[in-house]
Formats: sequence, structure tokens, C-alpha cells
Amino acid sequence: MHPFAYVAPGTVDEAVAVLDKHGDRARPLAGGTDLLVKARANAWELDAVVDIKNIPELMTLTVGNDGLTIGAGVPCYQVYENEEVASDYPCIVDGTAIIGGIQIQSRAGLGGNLCNAAPSADGICPLIVHSAVAHIAGPGGSRDVAVEDFCTGPSQTVLKNGELLVSISMPRPPSNFGAAYTRFIPRNEMDIAVAGVGVSVILDSSGQNFVSARIALASVGPTPILASAAGNSLAGKPINDDTIAAAAALATDASTPITDMRGTIAQRKQLINVLTGRMINQAVERARG
Amino acid sequence: MTTSSPGMVHVKTTINGQAHELLVPPYMSLLDTLRELIGLTGTKEGCLDGNCGACTVSVDGRIVDSCLVLGAEVDGKDVDTVEGMASADGLHPLQQAFLEEAALQCGICTPGFLVAAKGLLDNEPSPSEGRIRHWLAGNLCRCTGYDKIIRAVQKASS
Repeated sequence: MHPFAYVAPGTVDEAVAVLDKHGDRARPLAGGTDLLVKARANAWELDAVVDIKNIPELMTLTVGNDGLTIGAGVPCYQVYENEEVASDYPCIVDGTAIIGGIQIQSRAGLGGNLCNAAPSADGICPLIVHSAVAHIAGPGGSRDVAVEDFCTGPSQTVLKNGELLVSISMPRPPSNFGAAYTRFIPRNEMDIAVAGVGVSVILDSSGQNFVSARIALASVGPTPILASAAGNSLAGKPINDDTIAAAAALATDASTPITDMRGTIAQRKQLINVLTGRMINQAVERARG
Repeated sequence: MTTSSPGMVHVKTTINGQAHELLVPPYMSLLDTLRELIGLTGTKEGCLDGNCGACTVSVDGRIVDSCLVLGAEVDGKDVDTVEGMASADGLHPLQQAFLEEAALQCGICTPGFLVAAKGLLDNEPSPSEGRIRHWLAGNLCRCTGYDKIIRAVQKASS
């Protein structure tokens, strides 16, 4: 591991200044569960790590009428153990509760999961279907990026040198909203998704028709994928096997998986088809309460 | 702002209830800090990438993989390792149960399992078998096949 300096600033401005100074030879340290693995493997040669856990806005989770805001350094357990999050954002819990095991969840969080930009990330599809936005600070000021636009390739994001993810926020779900995420892995836990699907739906007041839907796919492309055509196909349609199967087929079309040691193209396409149907049904169940 | 460049990081921490003040290389893991600087070699190195849990310790009451924590990060924190489990009165109930149930063979994974299981029982004294298996999914054992470990944790739970 290349020797690096340890910097623990107390403000966003100080963190940005250090990141800006070192360019791509500095990285923010939140849970460290990806950073220290990559540094140790010499995938990253770093001169400095910037521990962001002393910066209040990066370590704060707020949930209320304005929606849910999760600081970029908030670990998974603080998300899924929050009763309001569990009650109003169960899809966010679906993702955070299956990232690694308990030891990893003590440290790793959604901010790091997003910045690590793994196509298989279990935390990102739930954010996408909740229409979450990433709040970024940088030397030139702040900007917001929709989570579905944040990842640009495996381990690649829109973050420029000197930029820091501060928090992720999403609107409070409207009435008749439901969302769910699942993945397929060969074990019960502690594994990387062969394929994953997140779905959110808004139903009309009768609970029999879709008003709108968002469908996001993991591990079947270079980034998590917002399958817009699949989600849009449900808008205004009745909830039945045919409309759900048609959306699942469109989600399958939107996937561009590869064959690797975890699964084949055919298996992953089949998984997207099956999991999309299941998650639409589960999102509908949650929307109906 | 705490800064180190390129020198050592000044860390004040409590390990197994005892105050420690030390200078840590900024890139040194908590695992190496415990083993090499403090001399607490009960915590074991396994995979070094967060899969096996052999290096599990508790930081402020939450179990973590100490290979994926920097020593510099535990400034002001309470760290608990396997060395802190037994008391003057004898072994911790989990340690006694591991002996009685023969829940170890080579023993490399055992400190991690003990610390992880303590992290569960401290907060949930009577977990179900399923809960125990889920909680310990981040700890790998290549000898026992897990059943004896699960039985030991069940025996130590109330």
C-alpha cells in the first residue's frame, strides 16, 4: 500500500481544499470498505485520505415532511435501524440491509456505495427509484446530480477532482407510493448481485391502476440502469399480469449484461425478467399498505 | 483539523477499558495497530478485504473488520478485542460455550466469531438461530461447518 497522509477536516470547505490540492491522488474516507481494499491492492495510489466523518452534514440523516436526506458518510446500520426510514422508505432498507455483513454495515454507507460506482451496487437502484439527488460540493461551488446520472462506468462517476459528495436526498413519497429492491445471489447473504432490480410505483386512489413507475437494474450493465421505457410502460395501465409482464420484458431489453464468473448473459436477462415482475408486485403491495 | 503529512497520527483511544496514547502511521490499519503497536495479537488477520471477519473488533459498540479501519480513525473511540472478553472471574460465557461445544478447530476465526457474537448478545440476549446465522454471515470458518459455532452461541444466549 502506498503510504498516504491522513487528514480529518471538520468542514466541507476544508475537505474540498485538500481534495482539490491532491487531485486524483486523494480520496474521501467514509467507511473505508472499498477505499482501503483498493489502496491495499494498489488499484489506487494515494497521497492523502480525507476522513469525512468529522463533518456534521456528511454524518447527518434527516427524515421528515421534506423527505429523506442521508449524509454521504452515514453508515448503513443508521439507515436501516431508523424507524421512520423503515416505515416510509422500506426500499432504501432493502438495499442497505444487504450490503456486506454486519461488520461492513457498521462502516459502509450509501454515499460510498454510490461513489464506488459498482454496477452491482445494492444501494443505488433503491435511490434511483426514489428519484434521489446527489448533492456535490467542489472548488467551483455546489451542484446537484440525479442519482441515475451519477455513475458513468464501473468505478467511474461524474465527480471531478476536488469534488465531494455531501449528501443524497429524496422527496417524501406521495400517497399510494410503494417501492422494493431485491437481488439474486447464490448464497443467503454476503455476496455480490448477479442481477438486482428496484421498482417504485404510484397507484391511483382505487389501488387498481398505475399512475407512474420507475424501474432500475443492477449488475446488468456498466452502471446501474434506469429502465425508463419499462417504467413508463406502466403509466396509466391497470395492474394485471399482462401489464407487469410487458414491463418486465422491456426491463430485460434495457439490460446489457456480460458473462463473467458470477453469471451468464442469458441467466442475467432471465433474472431481470423474473425479478422485475416480483418487485413490481411487491411495490404494489407496499403501495396498497 | 487533524493532519498528518507524512508523519505519524497522534491517537488517544481506549482499548478493553484501558487508555492508550500512541503515534500511528497514517496508513496503518487498526488490525496492525492492535497487533504491532499494542501487542494485542488475539485479533487475527485473514483475508484483508472484509470478507472473512477474522479481524473483527468492536468500535464504540459496533463490530467492524479492523483490517478496513485505520488506526488513526479510533482517536477518541472505545475499542474492544477478544482479549477484553474474559474477566478475573473466568471466561466470558461465549468463550466457555465455544469450549464446551467444541466450536473451533484450527482457531484462527475464533476471536472474530467471539467478538462478533458478543456484539449480538450484548444487544439481543435471546436471538433466534436464523438471527445468529445472519449476524455471523460476515465471519468465515473453514473447519467447523458452522453448526457447532451456532450451537455455542445459542448456549451462551439466555
